[in-house]
Amino acid sequence: MYGRTWKSNLLPHFFEPVFYLTAIGIGVGSYITEMGGMSYAAFLAPGLVCVAAMNGASFEATYNFFVRLNFEKAYDAMLTAPLEPDDVLVGEILWAVTRATIYGGAFYAVTALFGLAPLPQSILALAVVPLAGLLFAAMGITFSLQIERIDLFSFYFTLFLTPLFLFSGVFFPLEERLSRGWLLVAEILPLVHPVRLARAAFQADPSPTAIWDVAYLVGGSAALLLWSRRVVARRLTQ
Amino acid sequence: MPPPEPSNRPVISLQGVSKRFGTRDAVKDLDLEVPSGVCYGLLGPNGAGKTTTLRMIYGVTRPSAGRVRVFGIDVCREPRAVRARLGVTLQENVQIESLDAAANLKVFGRYHLIREPELSRRVEALIDLLELRSHEDVPVVALSGGYRRRLAIAMSLMNEPELLVLDEPTTGLDPAVRLALWSRVRELRAGGTSVLITTHYMDEAERLCDRVTIMSGGRAVSEGAPRELVARHVAPEVVEFNCSPEEERILFGDDDSARRLRAGPRLVVYTRGATRLAERIRAHDGGDQRSLVIRPSNLEDVFLATTGARLEGAP
Repeated sequence: MYGRTWKSNLLPHFFEPVFYLTAIGIGVGSYITEMGGMSYAAFLAPGLVCVAAMNGASFEATYNFFVRLNFEKAYDAMLTAPLEPDDVLVGEILWAVTRATIYGGAFYAVTALFGLAPLPQSILALAVVPLAGLLFAAMGITFSLQIERIDLFSFYFTLFLTPLFLFSGVFFPLEERLSRGWLLVAEILPLVHPVRLARAAFQADPSPTAIWDVAYLVGGSAALLLWSRRVVARRLTQ
Repeated sequence: MPPPEPSNRPVISLQGVSKRFGTRDAVKDLDLEVPSGVCYGLLGPNGAGKTTTLRMIYGVTRPSAGRVRVFGIDVCREPRAVRARLGVTLQENVQIESLDAAANLKVFGRYHLIREPELSRRVEALIDLLELRSHEDVPVVALSGGYRRRLAIAMSLMNEPELLVLDEPTTGLDPAVRLALWSRVRELRAGGTSVLITTHYMDEAERLCDRVTIMSGGRAVSEGAPRELVARHVAPEVVEFNCSPEEERILFGDDDSARRLRAGPRLVVYTRGATRLAERIRAHDGGDQRSLVIRPSNLEDVFLATTGARLEGAP
């Protein structure tokens, strides 16, 4: 669609899940004999692949998108060329998904090096990464379009993404800790779905809920992006 | 197939165009016709609706009423077709600060889907045209305002536009840079590019524009060649001097033949007989003579006369 040459600081956000894997997976994990029927590090690995994708998409779709929209006026300049607001939105989404895929893919490679990603079945988890990226890109953009001040992103990260990170089945199997009612509530959480899909891929253990998980990712993204599309067009063509 | 365009067709044509933002009319019932191959100025104070008019011309803002045609194309129907053939330099420089001039030009060229090797050829040509060669490896963040402005204009020329739209191109630039940019604009016009420029610098409009429209409160208040407007709206000479309202009454009495404009202690008088007025003031002063400025009237005077602007800022 159009070339993007912003040099982003890719490295720091990539290392975050690596630190978690080392500290919690190997450090804390050595005190835990097994979790969900495997070593704790192996349990963590697929979830953290999704967290890497979530982080990659989220930073791009929140701070970076907000700054380009409100401060740099980058889109105003693009719209003097034969581009339309839809092109701008598609470009942003593609870039956020790309960044999510780079993060998730790189982290997957790390888990493979640690011997935590059983081959070949875990490769299927790589298909989950862009889907997770798409959903978190859509959520980040939706939130960015709602707020007027950039400092409100701390709410998004601290009160939304952090709890998702902690309570979406990355660190412990929800079904062993939550009652049936609460498990249904947990289905609302967006990160639950890619984590379940990635873990199923790592364990070569497909279940019918995978269809629901994929539907959630695709449907949720589509709904949010349809709304964002209208708002972006309105904001840019005032 | 549509018939070929006649060459005298206006490059821009607005008919009864209005734009409302909520309850505020940014542009109201505007007619505008820009002939092909000229440099055309939109003049007006801040908030007159100039930028909104430009945005409607390149098809980003949709008019609430009326029709905008550029190159004979309805902009609302085919914004991409119109934007492929024009270039816009926005009021603010929008550039990728960590990249140098050539990289910025390439990124913008890709928005126009220009491919290599044509992309590099145009980048090199524009770096020469706008004299950016000496600073070609400097990231934009380290460039001075003048160089950034030149780069902004170069970016809007990447698609070799038939129409160049410049929104306040020289605001905040030093006089030497302004002169350099004006001569670039004249060269482009001489090369056959139509130019539409907004400015609130009347000297800029007077030196650069073949025709101008003066806007105020979203409406066009006057249209024509700068010299023609001066002749139409104000007396040929201006006398400026400091005087109190009491002295003004003594000097002019009930004489309303000369238009007068007051800004604090300063009185500006538009007249056909500047010498006679000067003699009257000298006679009034006796020995102690105040300083007087006598000058030919210019576009700025037309602007003040037609927009009804008060220098003191009162409504």
